[in-house]
Amino acid sequence: MRNLLPVLTIVTAILVIWYAAAVALNAQWVRDQATRAGHELSLPALVEATWSQDKPKLPAPHQVAVEIWQTTGAMVLAGRGFSKRSLFYHSWITFSSTALGFLLGTALGVALAIGIVYNRTMDMSVMPWVIASQTIPILAIAPMIIVVLNAVGISGLLPKAMISMYLSFFPVVVGMVKGLRSPATMQLDQMRTWNASPAQTFWKLRLPSSMPYLFTSLKIGMAASVVGAIVGELPTGAVAGLGARLLAGSYYGQTIQIWSALIMAATLAAVLVGLIGLVQRMTLRRMGMA
Amino acid sequence: MGWLIFGLLAWAFGWWINHRLSDRPATRATRLAVPTIFGITIILIWEALVRGLEISPVLLPPPTQIAVTFAAKSDILWQDFVQTVIKGALTGYVLGCGTAFLTAVAIDRFPFLKRGLLPVGNFVAALPIIGMAPILVMWFGFDWQSKAAVVVVMVFFPMLVNTVQGLQEAGAMQRDLMRTYAAGYGQTLLKLRLPAAMPFIFNGLKIASTLALIGAIVAEFFGSPIKGMGFRISTSVGQLALDLVWAEIVVAAVAGSAFYGAVALLEKRVTFWHPSQQGRS
Repeated sequence: MRNLLPVLTIVTAILVIWYAAAVALNAQWVRDQATRAGHELSLPALVEATWSQDKPKLPAPHQVAVEIWQTTGAMVLAGRGFSKRSLFYHSWITFSSTALGFLLGTALGVALAIGIVYNRTMDMSVMPWVIASQTIPILAIAPMIIVVLNAVGISGLLPKAMISMYLSFFPVVVGMVKGLRSPATMQLDQMRTWNASPAQTFWKLRLPSSMPYLFTSLKIGMAASVVGAIVGELPTGAVAGLGARLLAGSYYGQTIQIWSALIMAATLAAVLVGLIGLVQRMTLRRMGMA
Repeated sequence: MGWLIFGLLAWAFGWWINHRLSDRPATRATRLAVPTIFGITIILIWEALVRGLEISPVLLPPPTQIAVTFAAKSDILWQDFVQTVIKGALTGYVLGCGTAFLTAVAIDRFPFLKRGLLPVGNFVAALPIIGMAPILVMWFGFDWQSKAAVVVVMVFFPMLVNTVQGLQEAGAMQRDLMRTYAAGYGQTLLKLRLPAAMPFIFNGLKIASTLALIGAIVAEFFGSPIKGMGFRISTSVGQLALDLVWAEIVVAAVAGSAFYGAVALLEKRVTFWHPSQQGRS
């Protein structure tokens, strides 16, 4: 709460800059219109005009807000909350591939991390490649993965989820390896004095003590999954999803539509990351770690 | 059938060597050899599977064919590399990280701004900023300037957050010591707080180095002149020339790894240099 005032100040500053930038970027078009029509523009009229164009270079925040309301709340009120023009529908498409990819990525990441912690050969041979795999710009080959998987007959949710999976498994591997190795030698020795089997050591010591690391990684992985799902929707030919809305908007110069899709994507990412944060706090509290 | 058996043998042999190597005490040589052998084994298995199962090269070309394409089309690859990596990614990286660094130093003087900006910056750093790409392509045109702009926006917040956090690293004791030396703001910044912030700054630079390449390539999907790695990838996928796509991926992977490696090397030099300088003064 101590940070509320500074954060509000920054957000207000961003909005003010946004409005000012909208005037600056859109002014040229308005002036051209005015000269063509042959009349002078007063300053208030100019500002007014820059904030209410149909296809502005930079839409003003209230225009974006109106567009979002029309494609979400207003459609729900009209009883068509899930029609193809509703942003809820597109968010749902993006969310479903995000969630599937995130689950797959987390499973793969945890499995790899267990292998790396328990098998020295795997540690030495796989770990450097896990790190190297992230220097490959996977998003760049997203279109190829989708086209190839489509050709093999896998279409729909899975190809997009694969990209999310690839992006989200890495933070999980790194975090889990760190977490599973976090018990101190003393604690491991204690388990040995109790004659604990490796499985018992894993379930009762290593896994619980890796939880804080896991949740931090899950947050990063979730944010990456959303990006993966959005980019994965680009090459499918702009059918459905927030990424498709972005692409369609950029084809037809519908800047307001681009911005509303962008803000919806940001909200989706924020909500998902926030949910993990909530689960984290609940779990860690029940485990007595927070 | 022969290829499949070959693949199986390659897998068994690679695993056996690595198993033997990793059982021995770790030295520099084994640390390097084990992942290399693992990589070679993967490539051998890939080749064997593609040839053995007769997978169409339209779906997954074998590594040898990718290598041939790489050699044959090296002029196109070089042209794309210059357009995307040198002009787009590198320009944006330098501009974005530079602005973020200067902004962080400026903000650092005002605790009020810092308290407000850190949560907002952390929030923005987690957002799908890549979605800004179509807007920036619309503003800055199809050529590399718009790609550089996308990279600037992508690297700005991770770098900003890391630098601001790093500048808080210097302890109260150390700051007090600087005050007893009658050091001004500039001296404290240059001699104490920036060196102390270096690990954080380099963390930001490393994250930004992978983001920069992704940003530059993905921005080309939204429109580009008839060169560039993103353009080549999306058009070659349409023509089902997957060997060329894979050659571009090899270029991207090598460029990305080299970029990351260069930053990591620089980090090693700087962090090595920093305690030694403290020892001297």
